[in-house]
Amino acid sequence: MEYLAYGAFFLTLAMTYSIICLGLNVQWGQTGLFNVGVAAFVGIGAYTSVLLTTPETADRVGGFDLPIAVGWIGAALMSGLISFFVGALTIRMRSDYLAITTFGIAIALQLCFQNLEPLTGGVFGVGFIPRAFSGIQDDALLFNYANLGLATLLVVAIYVVLEHLARSPWGRVLRAVREDETAAQSLGKNPTSLRLQAFVLGGAIMGLAGAVQAHFIGFVAPANYLPMMTFQVWAMLIVGGSGNNKGAIFGAVLVWAIWALSGSLISELFPPDQQARAASLQIVIIGVMLCLILLWRPQGVLPERQSISKHLGQRNET
Amino acid sequence: MSPQVLIDGLIAGATIGLGAIGLTLTYSILRFANFTHGDFLAWGAYLTLTVSGFLGGLLAGLGIGEPIGPFSFGWGLPLSLLAGAGLTIVLTLILDKILFGQLRRRGADTIIIVMASFGASMALRSVLEFIYTANPQYLTRELQIAQPVGFGMRATPDQLLTIAVTALLVLALHLVVTRSSTGRSMRAVSENPSLAGVYGIDVQRVIRVTWVIGAGLACVAGVMSGLLVQIRPYMGFDLLLPLFAAAILGGVGSIPGALLGGLIIGLAEAFTVQIVGAEWRAGVAFVVLVLVLIIRPTGLFGRTV
Repeated sequence: MEYLAYGAFFLTLAMTYSIICLGLNVQWGQTGLFNVGVAAFVGIGAYTSVLLTTPETADRVGGFDLPIAVGWIGAALMSGLISFFVGALTIRMRSDYLAITTFGIAIALQLCFQNLEPLTGGVFGVGFIPRAFSGIQDDALLFNYANLGLATLLVVAIYVVLEHLARSPWGRVLRAVREDETAAQSLGKNPTSLRLQAFVLGGAIMGLAGAVQAHFIGFVAPANYLPMMTFQVWAMLIVGGSGNNKGAIFGAVLVWAIWALSGSLISELFPPDQQARAASLQIVIIGVMLCLILLWRPQGVLPERQSISKHLGQRNET
Repeated sequence: MSPQVLIDGLIAGATIGLGAIGLTLTYSILRFANFTHGDFLAWGAYLTLTVSGFLGGLLAGLGIGEPIGPFSFGWGLPLSLLAGAGLTIVLTLILDKILFGQLRRRGADTIIIVMASFGASMALRSVLEFIYTANPQYLTRELQIAQPVGFGMRATPDQLLTIAVTALLVLALHLVVTRSSTGRSMRAVSENPSLAGVYGIDVQRVIRVTWVIGAGLACVAGVMSGLLVQIRPYMGFDLLLPLFAAAILGGVGSIPGALLGGLIIGLAEAFTVQIVGAEWRAGVAFVVLVLVLIIRPTGLFGRTV
């Protein structure tokens, strides 16, 4: 019984990571944009949704008590907006300037989460965030299953939309820009604007994931959005297979499982006073795994498939 | 506002500048933004600390473990710094051999190498945390009194020494790069690696020299930061954004630019601490970075973006 509840809890978190990973796949897998500030875009989504949906509190600005769905939409819009500013600033420059700037915005937003206390609750964050299905919260198993169902539904919906987009003319031009910018440009496509669109879409999905995660866990705090998270999500996408939406979901579940298992293994093997120190080994495992995959199987477990227009696809099969 | 803010900014800026020089060199010669560079500073500091732990007892036995003159440390520290720099250089050469060099040979995209450096940086930092724990460590336990240095400013002898060491190292490096044949090869490779290869320049050697200079300076910068503040596994991570901001502000590839960029960031941080508050210090580098990208993306002395 407890295992089932834990399994559902674990999978729900894995699903929220899958959403982040799908967002990153739009930016990196489809477009080749290296975002080192994933955690910031997830965090801004989480905080935005919290601001919109929590009841009014005396010591904090905001608390508009809106429905969770409004929070989700607000989160996606806000993260999309921040992505737009970051992208507009750097996307026309050499590729690693985007990496450095997103790294910077992750640090800057982390500072804002910590220091803008009237808005974010400071280092302790905000607790008691309204949760979906809170009516059945007493029945842990049912509650976890309901949340898992909702998160899975969302993953499937985003997956279907993204697959459709990848096959659409927009998705094909995006990959053309990634593969050969000059050729795409000579066909009259605007690479900068296309990249910016993909970056904003990916950022919005990450923000949505942040909101979903926050409403599931029930609290937000700056420590949830450390560079560690960015790093995990990258490992998920690279291991799963960048450019492949199924790979993004698969990688998220796999790496999250490795993370959870290595965590419980460490708490078994090391005495309590050594555990904080041993937890750093988890990061080493993921870091080494990321480098090994980049060296030996850069396409990941599920490589990118060639996706062509569905009309063309049918003709080729016959 | 007291003029003290100027000297505080210069001292912090000297460390950032030294670190940024290594970053700007790898950036222009190896052509990727190296996210592990901050961790080279941290590793340099920890390796030096470890060597000085061994040396300390030995030198005390010989009777020369006492602090030198007005400084807070004995002969053990400069000696350990040499050894620490050597070990940091070995670390970077190994990392280049097993990771970056492999990816270069396979013709991997720049951005894949950047990503590998990001993964390696997380791993390197966590190894430090595992070996030495997250508790801060110190190179010296001596207390120093800040002496007046004129214009109402005060500084400790250690702080003045770091400024002097930075000035000397940058001058020496500037002469090497502008006057020696190695420096000429380095500039050639940064302009165009394949053309430099065609003209008989040993590109592999230039790459090694670049790592040696970058890692050596990173170790010195890490030890300086460790001497003046403290040594923590995350010290390199916290310095990484200032290093990038300094390198881009100075113009990628420019050594004087990186130093000047570092000093500007250091001063901006010191002023922010005075005017806005210490909790926003870490955000200064980001603001500077964004301003540079908006106003002058090539940086002060940069050529191209």
